[in-house]
Amino acid sequence: MRYIDEFRDPSSIKRQLKEINKQAEKLPSPVYLMEVCGTHTMAIGRFGIRQALPKNIKLISGPGCPVCVTPDSYIDKAIYLSHLKDVIITTFGDMVKVPGSSSSLEKEKSEGRDIRIVYSPLEALAIAEESPHKNNIFLGVGFETTTPAVALTIKKADEEGIKNFYVLSGHKLIPPAMKTLMEDKEVRIDGFICPGHVSAITGSKPYIAISEKYNVPSVITGFEPYDILEGILILTEKIVRGEYKDVVIQYKRVVKPEGNQKARKVMKDVFEVVDAEWRGIGVIKKSGLKIRKRYEGFDAESHFPVKVKEKRKRCGCICGDILKGKRQPTDCKMFGTICTPESPLGPCMVSSEGTCAAFYKYGG
Amino acid sequence: MHNLIKDTFVPIFNSPILKKLDDSAILKKLAGQEICFTTDSYTVEPIFFPGGDIGKLAVCGTINDLSVVGAKPLFLSCGLIVEEGLEVKNLEIIVQSMATTAKKAGVEFVTGDFKVVEKGKVDKIFINTSGIGIRTKRIRLGKNFIKSGDRVIINGNIGDHEIAVLSARKQFGLSANIKSDCAPLNGLIEDIMKGADNIYFMRDPTRGGIATTLNEIVEGQRFGLLLDEERIPISPEVRSICEILGFDPLYLANEGKVIVICGKEDTGKVLSVMKRHPLGKRATVIGEVIKEDAGKVVMKTVTGSYRIVDMLSGSQLPRIC
Amino acid sequence: MKVIEVKRETARVECEGIIRDVNIQFLKGVKEGDYVIIHAGIAIEKLDKKEAEKTLRIIKNEIYR
Repeated sequence: MRYIDEFRDPSSIKRQLKEINKQAEKLPSPVYLMEVCGTHTMAIGRFGIRQALPKNIKLISGPGCPVCVTPDSYIDKAIYLSHLKDVIITTFGDMVKVPGSSSSLEKEKSEGRDIRIVYSPLEALAIAEESPHKNNIFLGVGFETTTPAVALTIKKADEEGIKNFYVLSGHKLIPPAMKTLMEDKEVRIDGFICPGHVSAITGSKPYIAISEKYNVPSVITGFEPYDILEGILILTEKIVRGEYKDVVIQYKRVVKPEGNQKARKVMKDVFEVVDAEWRGIGVIKKSGLKIRKRYEGFDAESHFPVKVKEKRKRCGCICGDILKGKRQPTDCKMFGTICTPESPLGPCMVSSEGTCAAFYKYGG
Repeated sequence: MHNLIKDTFVPIFNSPILKKLDDSAILKKLAGQEICFTTDSYTVEPIFFPGGDIGKLAVCGTINDLSVVGAKPLFLSCGLIVEEGLEVKNLEIIVQSMATTAKKAGVEFVTGDFKVVEKGKVDKIFINTSGIGIRTKRIRLGKNFIKSGDRVIINGNIGDHEIAVLSARKQFGLSANIKSDCAPLNGLIEDIMKGADNIYFMRDPTRGGIATTLNEIVEGQRFGLLLDEERIPISPEVRSICEILGFDPLYLANEGKVIVICGKEDTGKVLSVMKRHPLGKRATVIGEVIKEDAGKVVMKTVTGSYRIVDMLSGSQLPRIC
Repeated sequence: MKVIEVKRETARVECEGIIRDVNIQFLKGVKEGDYVIIHAGIAIEKLDKKEAEKTLRIIKNEIYR
């Protein structure tokens, strides 16, 4: 496939690993690089990158899996809504298996609730147009890569006068989560592997503030093995040379420093920034997105008020620490025993981009 | 209903035994051979997809289950449960497809049953087929014959069937030009068994893909399997869809593939026999049996490092980020 | 995926025979032959071919990184 196969060329990968090993020898102590994006977590697992790196470069997986950081209360709300008369719930595939406090969308679907998987919010809008007598509630979960698509869909619905389409917003922003992690003294991060497609939207500006404040270099990386290894090599070199404040775009073929201004404008038109709860981390200030008053007619929160109790599960699940990069899945007593992809206890196991799912599938 | 069976189904199947419409089909004497018997039910949705339909699937699946244990498939039964309102035209197409597939494979339908149920009780049509085959007592196939150093071979591209069915469901706004690989493998397998002596195990990787089948082979055993990612055959179209939707091709269903485990010394012979058959043109070695990692399937990735290939848990869902 | 036809708000894209229609409202000046990155049914960015080719030459060891 053009522009993919070449980035998996084994001989160039061998060369890169050699370079990484060379640089790693100059490191005074082991370094911890955090990959923030769930797609990176999966790619790293799939291509066996963790195992290929020298022992003093450690990769930790951060909270970049939007499904993993969605709190119980959101799932419970979605389940509550699915029980309402004449409601269709549309959602991305990953969300259906996530356990809420007592059930999951998949379970509810098997019991007859109208819950449909879509690949795009535009598909959800089309379903709303096809069934005008039903209320279509789309579960809006995702970071800066996905949110513009949802914002665009809401605008379209507004322009076309569609009255039965709603979004339950669980959208979040990545840079505030990165800041929060750096403030946590227990978390050790020496470099960030930044999400390629989120950055295509945001550009490199949000990371500059973080790198400068916390003295941690960041590299915006693509998803092929070549890209990820290149990103790791660049970070290692920066650390060796003491260039801690640098932000580099490795994924130059897709990411521009200014990002995608059109997409950001649409996002800003439709959403406003609010505080948000991240599963396992807690509330992070100004990290969530709520639909603005102007588009209130599409906000499922205002149209279908739901009160769900914050039920805390005390099952020993350490998803929170895993999301913060403090612990590995293998540190969890339930990993691979009670908690498996077939019977997940926490979202890290159920989402296809979850750290635990990647570890389970590909090995640590 | 009796007219439909007598006037439509019986002529289509064209079997002198079936024509008798006895309660049980009385078959040839089979003394001195091992009788192999299998059954399976088919509920695929949609019932028509590129490269096949539920009828063809029901025939191939059962023929293949007999072939991979080394049996020559001879006779089939078919049980049709049809939803009220299914167009007779579609029913005829499916039954014709079953008859054609069976005939091409040299296997005979000798008995069957047909029921119509209320709308909503089944999804259009469900089919059960059972099959009988025979094999000589000399055949030695089984996990206990597998040893370190043996090679793992597959006859062609993985994932075609599942992608063909998914694209027929018109999900995800994609249209693809992929046909199911649904096919009866008895001819190919017969050639393989004749052409080489040291065939130790065979299985057809259906639901859950080659990853699931290979894990089933190693489970509880004293050997492991080492795959080479670069050698696993996959069509560019299937690969493309997997990249776009985030599927792992190792877990995609196949309906015309066989995994053959043979002695290292027989690899050349097996490959050349397979490549001479229309269903084996892309036959290739995808891995080998190893002493280490007993009970596991591991794979060498493009980066040169190894990762575990686990069983499929649940179904694959396209990912978001 | 490669753009094979541009309509007003959408474009038809293709990769190895897989065809789909995607929304291109976030991009400027999309032409046939361009490659786009798609997410959730929407094209979020165009592939910069010059940069892609440069990276490919690095990979093939024709130029140093």
